[in-house]
Amino acid sequence: MTTPNITIDKEIDARGSHCPGPMMELIRGIKSVPVGSVVAVLSSDPGSAKDIPIWVQKAGHEFIGAFPEQGYTRFIVRKTR
Amino acid sequence: MTVKQIVVLGGGVGGTLVANLLAGQLTRKQAQITLIDRTGKHVYQPGWLYVPFGGAPPERWERNERSLLRRSVDLLIGDAVKVDPHERFVEMADGTQLPFDYLIISTGARIDPDAVPGYREGAHHFYTAEAALRLHAALREFTGGKVVIGVADIPYKCPPAPLEFTFMLEDELRKRGLREKTEITYLSPIGRVFTIESVAEFVTPMLEERGINYELFFNTESIDPVERTVSSLEGTTLPYDLLVLVPPHRGAKLIIDSGLGDVQGWLPTDRETLQHKQFPYIYGLGDATDLPVSKSGAAAHFEAKVIAHRIAGEIKGKPSDERYHGQVMCFLETGRGQATQLVFDYTHPPQPPKPSAYYHYEKALLNRAYWHLVPTGIV
Ligand SMILES: Cc1cc2nc3c(=O)[nH]c(=O)nc-3n(C[C@H](O)[C@H](O)[C@H](O)COP(=O)(O)OP(=O)(O)OC[C@H]3O[C@@H](n4cnc5c(N)ncnc54)[C@H](O)[C@@H]3O)c2cc1C
Repeated sequence: MTTPNITIDKEIDARGSHCPGPMMELIRGIKSVPVGSVVAVLSSDPGSAKDIPIWVQKAGHEFIGAFPEQGYTRFIVRKTR
Repeated sequence: MTVKQIVVLGGGVGGTLVANLLAGQLTRKQAQITLIDRTGKHVYQPGWLYVPFGGAPPERWERNERSLLRRSVDLLIGDAVKVDPHERFVEMADGTQLPFDYLIISTGARIDPDAVPGYREGAHHFYTAEAALRLHAALREFTGGKVVIGVADIPYKCPPAPLEFTFMLEDELRKRGLREKTEITYLSPIGRVFTIESVAEFVTPMLEERGINYELFFNTESIDPVERTVSSLEGTTLPYDLLVLVPPHRGAKLIIDSGLGDVQGWLPTDRETLQHKQFPYIYGLGDATDLPVSKSGAAAHFEAKVIAHRIAGEIKGKPSDERYHGQVMCFLETGRGQATQLVFDYTHPPQPPKPSAYYHYEKALLNRAYWHLVPTGIV
């Protein structure tokens, strides 16, 4: 699957981030952009596939999707509040 | 050959080490190295974790910066207010301009209590010497109630610190006979109690054994200091009698004012070469960067070595492509006189050993030996 045709406002390369980790990098990214922005986080951590959608739903943002690439996944989220 | 001007901005863990390493690798004919620091005082911040529990007073964790620098490094004490990355100079508060060929920005992180509504009035912390002393006083007067511990915002320095504080507090309250009268709740911003899964796996039963509650997915949004409640952006509100929250962190104001960083003031830094993403002759070091690694003295320490090699190599006409691979090494206190150790890099996740007294003593040893080992580059 390829990344959809969507403009990403901020992309965070969290590949190989163990501490604080991709999930925390995403939260930090979301906090640093205005409402409506699209944030992408690149993660090579298998746990992200479970963690990220749960957090996005809890926090009330929009989960656009998880797009596998070679050796990592690009998670795309829209900040909605 | 002209003498290259190297300016190091900030005399903390990273700045002091990089200046000393450069001074060891370059002669005075090759480079003039100037380190700028606001206070001229070097602070070993990990010592603050012990202050609330009556550990050594904060002065014990401070040294004169001059005494830690090699003689050939010039120290300029003062506040830098702006960097002009095109004309290549740093401007000081008194208007002095320092030209540079290479600039290393190691201004650390700044505490910004006003970034979370109600924080200033409602919360305690141990991320400055003064706050740690205030928390010590508050703990001395504490006679039981609801204690809530967590973080006010992301990112923050030393990700394990709030968890360490929780375990140490539980010990302290038990010793003082107050444990029965106290409910402790630990807040985690994500879906487990610590960001590293393997650590979360052994820490969770430890919290449960010690009767410490935990609340997951709690990203602090605001504090009501009158009602004494703390609320998360996920919609949870909790009451407290004593609230200990790691304060919001931001990058240095000068990074924002100079247009060099993101909205929170973190420096966009290449994760391997450590160069500024726009200006290759400006390097980012330590807490000041936007790197996806823990903001820690340990990361700053490994990064300083890479930056020194790269700059010295270039000046000597033997360019080095040394890179930072995300190395970090730190300890995590788990209370009851025990600790564990986290060692990792971009390609190797940490495999922490079971907590033991050994790592607790090793951490205590590092706290004492820091002054001799780290700024000098011995380790
Ligand atoms: C409670 C606590 C516990 C910690 N425990 C650990 C631990 O166990 N292990 C670990 O590895 N790390 C730990 N850390 C984190 C560690 O202290 C920091 O990550 C480390 O100090 C970062 O180094 P640095 O050089 O990037 O910044 P700093 O050491 O913060 O230095 C920044 C320097 O820049 C100066 N400066 C800033 N702006 C200006 C300006 N405009 N002009 C002039 N000078 C300026 C400041 O005065 C300061 O001297 C802990 C931190 C805290 C608060």
